[in-house]
Amino acid sequence: MKHLLSAADLSHKQAVRILDTAGQMAATQAREIKKLPTLRGRTVVNLFFEDSTRTRISFETAAKRLSADVINFSAKGSSVSKGESLKDTALTLQAMGADAVVIRHHASGAPHTLAHSGWTHGAVVNAGDGMHQHPTQALLDAYTLRRHLTGAGDPSGRDLAGLRVAIVGDVLHSRVARSNVQLLHTLGADVTLVAPPTLVPVGVDAWPAEVSYDLDAAIDTKPDAIMMLRVQRERMSSAGGGFFPSPLEYTRNYGLDARRLAAMPEHAIVLHPGPMNRGLEISAEAADSPRAVIVEQVANGVAVRMAVLYLLLSGSGATTETNETKVDA
Amino acid sequence: MSSALPDKMPDARPDETSSDQQPADATVVLGGQEISRALTRIAHEILERNKGGSDVVLLGIPTRGLPLARRLAAKLAAVEPTLQAADLVGSLDVTMYRDDLAHHPTRTIGSTDLPGDGLDGKVVVLVDDVLFSGRTIRAALDAISDLGRPRAVQLAALVDRGHRELPIRADFVGKNLPTSTHERVRVLLEETDGRDAVLIEGGAR
Repeated sequence: MKHLLSAADLSHKQAVRILDTAGQMAATQAREIKKLPTLRGRTVVNLFFEDSTRTRISFETAAKRLSADVINFSAKGSSVSKGESLKDTALTLQAMGADAVVIRHHASGAPHTLAHSGWTHGAVVNAGDGMHQHPTQALLDAYTLRRHLTGAGDPSGRDLAGLRVAIVGDVLHSRVARSNVQLLHTLGADVTLVAPPTLVPVGVDAWPAEVSYDLDAAIDTKPDAIMMLRVQRERMSSAGGGFFPSPLEYTRNYGLDARRLAAMPEHAIVLHPGPMNRGLEISAEAADSPRAVIVEQVANGVAVRMAVLYLLLSGSGATTETNETKVDA
Repeated sequence: MSSALPDKMPDARPDETSSDQQPADATVVLGGQEISRALTRIAHEILERNKGGSDVVLLGIPTRGLPLARRLAAKLAAVEPTLQAADLVGSLDVTMYRDDLAHHPTRTIGSTDLPGDGLDGKVVVLVDDVLFSGRTIRAALDAISDLGRPRAVQLAALVDRGHRELPIRADFVGKNLPTSTHERVRVLLEETDGRDAVLIEGGAR
């Protein structure tokens, strides 16, 4: 694994390995001294062309906990606002010796271009590109699902076989949904997408997921987890952008409220990638209920990103496939 | 599992235990009996040196240090009935503290589990299978200092094969095994490999 660009690139084995490594990373984060010397002397650049709170902070925290040097770059206030291209920005970072570039970009495919253009020799990690992919979010969701839903004891080595996950909301604009459908499918879970027909992308029948237009019917099928997506108002023209008649109607049909929460199975958990629109796709009762693992998702994000940075940066660049077996019990 | 050498840990310790099959020139230097006797002796030495085992914590370094630590704990508990074997043992993964991460394929991280009351004020006995360059132990000492402040740290190794690259020595040794650098020392244990043996392979000719 040289880069992490898309959840679709991950094999079952690689995905489980990342989750297992994240488990060990999470264990170190419960200690008093959380910093590890593992990536001492390496440089990680956070290249953010789009606004972000938790993803950028999460990557920054992950890199710092592994003792890497972190350079934060955001398009606002940089030469990008003077018209500098992605290529020239990347060449500048290369000249500064970046070992890994974590990139978020509004254009789908920007991380792929960066990884395959020869502009940088470092590992490229996709932290969200356009409406395409957000693989580390899918990994932290999978990690959270595995921790809660695959039974007691150490979950190392397990996948998500047989779990049923409903992903609800603005699937059309959501890179989180795309990455999750692919990763959760790879790990053996059954995914149902629930959205108004206007927010389901063209070509969804080719995805390894079911599609439903009715949230109550989807909840009646007793999913093990429900993942609420944010209504991405910045990608829509007005309040509903013509995708739904009014926010109130969206909330009535696709919002997770106390009644729907009560209709879910006892063990089922609620995920949300954040930031939440409280009162729109999720009510305060649902967001603050003990079954919501939304805050834990953020903590797990640091562990998962530590695992990704470790696996991309620590080796000699030789193949990692020889070392796939699990260490001890 | 029992006949050929299994390749359970292809890259756990490349400098000591990495080849996949037992070559024709492998020599068995310790068998199951000798390993057991060596561990019994080490257990008594640990108790003698520390005047009992009340503050002792045995930290095994994965992969093969951990089963050795468990066996030592069982032997300590057999000698001193006040001790509970399970409370004495922990595992200490040193992967993230190694100084050679950039020179090998990515290593899988093992788990670190400390016994109940942590390490502060305890006597930590590090347990590993082969003591060679000393770099693993250097990494383990760094790892320990991030986990707590033991009163003392001691080192037990089943085999000391020499060729130290750092000022580190073992307090308890199962067997000193003079080797040349191009030989390989492999420790096989029932728990990980299906049988107990210490082999030297390569070299000779």
